[in-house]
Amino acid sequence: MRWGRFGVFLVTVLVIFGLTAGTSMKLWKTIPLGLDLKGGFDLLYEVQPDVTGKAPTASGIQAALEAVTTRVNSLGVASPNIDLESGNEIRVDLAGAKNFAQANQVIGQTAQLGIYGGIIQTKKGIEPDPKKYLVGGNDIESNAQANQNPTTGAWEVDITFKNAQKWATITQQYTGKPIYTFLNGNLINSATVDEMIAGGQTSISGLGTQQACQQLASQLNAGALPYPLKLISSDYVGPSLGTASLNETLYAGGIAIILIFIFMLIMYRVAGLVADISLIAYAYLTLVVFSGLHIVLTLPGLAALVLGIGMAVDANIITYERVKDEIRNGRSLQSAVITGNKRALRTILDSNATTFIAAVVMFWFGTGDIRGFAIALMVSIIVSLLTAVLVGRFMFISLTRSNLIKRPMWYGIRKGAAKR
Amino acid sequence: MNQPFDIVRHRKWFFLFSGLITVAGLIVFMVSGFNLGTDFKSGSRVELQLNQSVNVTQLSKMFASIGLPVGQDAITVGGSTGESQTVAIIRFGQTLTPSQEGTIAAHEKALYPKSLQPSVSVVDPYVAHQQSVKAVYSVLLAALFIVIYVAIRFEYRFAISGIVALLHDAFIVMSVFALLRLEVDLTFIAAVLTIVGYSINDTIVIFDRIRENLKLTPPKDFAGLQGLVNKSLWQTMARSINTVFTVLIAALMLFFFGGESIHNFTFALIVGLISGAYSSIFIASPLWVAWRGRSLNKPAKPKMKRELT
Repeated sequence: MRWGRFGVFLVTVLVIFGLTAGTSMKLWKTIPLGLDLKGGFDLLYEVQPDVTGKAPTASGIQAALEAVTTRVNSLGVASPNIDLESGNEIRVDLAGAKNFAQANQVIGQTAQLGIYGGIIQTKKGIEPDPKKYLVGGNDIESNAQANQNPTTGAWEVDITFKNAQKWATITQQYTGKPIYTFLNGNLINSATVDEMIAGGQTSISGLGTQQACQQLASQLNAGALPYPLKLISSDYVGPSLGTASLNETLYAGGIAIILIFIFMLIMYRVAGLVADISLIAYAYLTLVVFSGLHIVLTLPGLAALVLGIGMAVDANIITYERVKDEIRNGRSLQSAVITGNKRALRTILDSNATTFIAAVVMFWFGTGDIRGFAIALMVSIIVSLLTAVLVGRFMFISLTRSNLIKRPMWYGIRKGAAKR
Repeated sequence: MNQPFDIVRHRKWFFLFSGLITVAGLIVFMVSGFNLGTDFKSGSRVELQLNQSVNVTQLSKMFASIGLPVGQDAITVGGSTGESQTVAIIRFGQTLTPSQEGTIAAHEKALYPKSLQPSVSVVDPYVAHQQSVKAVYSVLLAALFIVIYVAIRFEYRFAISGIVALLHDAFIVMSVFALLRLEVDLTFIAAVLTIVGYSINDTIVIFDRIRENLKLTPPKDFAGLQGLVNKSLWQTMARSINTVFTVLIAALMLFFFGGESIHNFTFALIVGLISGAYSSIFIASPLWVAWRGRSLNKPAKPKMKRELT
């Protein structure tokens, strides 16, 4: 009996239990939950060719991505996730958001403002004359503001043109003639130009309510989208459904952990106990990684972690079976533990490397949900290697060196096996 | 180590068994194909958690009343906790607009006060096509990278035998899904990829033992090679069984108690895990023996015959 070694083992166990019991709830609360666990929605937009039919350029898509980011931020949803996928698709994940229609409007729709010098009467009604296009939303600064007209008291949007000279030329040319303002294809205002306007400032009236003016101002400030966006896929999860999924999966994970604990204890006795303690370390470290790297936890991700529990003990099982082999080959318990651990390591590394490759491919190729699963799988492989190989091995070796438990039976080795 | 059964010698039977399943799977595919979910087929999928027994007729009446008629067979009823069937999944061929989604939510709440907010996913036909292409690529690409890794760490015969076993598992899971008409969605791809990763993991542990035994006692003839592989299989048997058991515990618990939306996903995993454990032992290593045996330097004549059969 060597108390020093046993003390080392005991301290390790206490540290693991202490950290887990003390901080795991706190860590859990800092992990961002995906929209399938929290509720919210996932929108996928395709960047489409512009009006002239020109396909989006790489820099144009980048600009669209930036414009979408600005718009999403204006929604005020906590930790939105915006990704470019497949080269020309923009995925927006809004966990915790509730108003689908509003979000879609703000993100995907552009305030198409256009001022024209003429109109044409068609069957559908009044339409702008494309030949007499003067200026539009692209020509104004991002400082539009909703204000009340000091004389009439009506709400209007004050805008500033980037090129003041251009506006001056236009107003000079149209002095005494009418100009027409269209918003999203609808005529909102027609007015006669009284005089040339220098300084590039003007205001758009005729929108009506204060709310409409403020919305237009914020849409104009969000910047025009360089290309139209088309909503091609959407996924909505109600908040209570998300919570239900989370609770059910956590419950399933809890039962799985308990059953695996029992199985390992029956099969490998004291060694099984070591495996169970390294499993707790695995669960705890996974929490630390998710919390530390701010990885969003999704339902498939949670499933990967629960599955990871089963895979994490694999490293322990490989090692213990190897130790048993070494004892059968006539080694003493202590030397079997050391050789067994050493020989098992190569097997464990090779076998986990292949699973890791599959996870990397999933992450690389996958989108949305699959990515969440792949990240969790990668985290679970790395963490389980660390806990099973380093922590588990360390505990196992200190325990056997302590000479507290000498009989192979207590390591799940059948009587007589050692003599063979 | 005692070897109660010579797996390698009986390999013909296992090849035949897996061959038959594969052919059966192919026939099922050709006859019926997949029951594709909205991820791969354009349209909408609405999941209603009613928290009370689902009455399909009543539900289909509700949809008819809001101008979205659905056939009774477009409604799938399920429940995760096994208590009662409280979840309804409705598939629409068309893509729902946000306002239609709102109408559904309002009517659901009115008719089933205990229900939760519906979960709606909408997919455009173009996205659907792209997703399915990507899915196939990702499985093939994963297989390719694994082959490269194993070929470097072991040798190419191990790599190819392992991949055959792996594709066998992926194929069996797909066949089971085609046969049972279970919905194939994006998470199914994640499940197949996990199986791919897990199956090869299982196989590598056995190959690793074969590699080690080959170094310790290089076999002189084909019979020696057979014996060596059989010994390696039985040496790793306890590990193979115990590991698949622990992973299966986790997968089964997720299946029975986990959320409804990962129900199919975990089912695919369970089928794949069982198939993966089987193929690692009964397909991958015997396949390697048959192949490696051909290139042994001094094959005695009668043994040559056995290889050819």
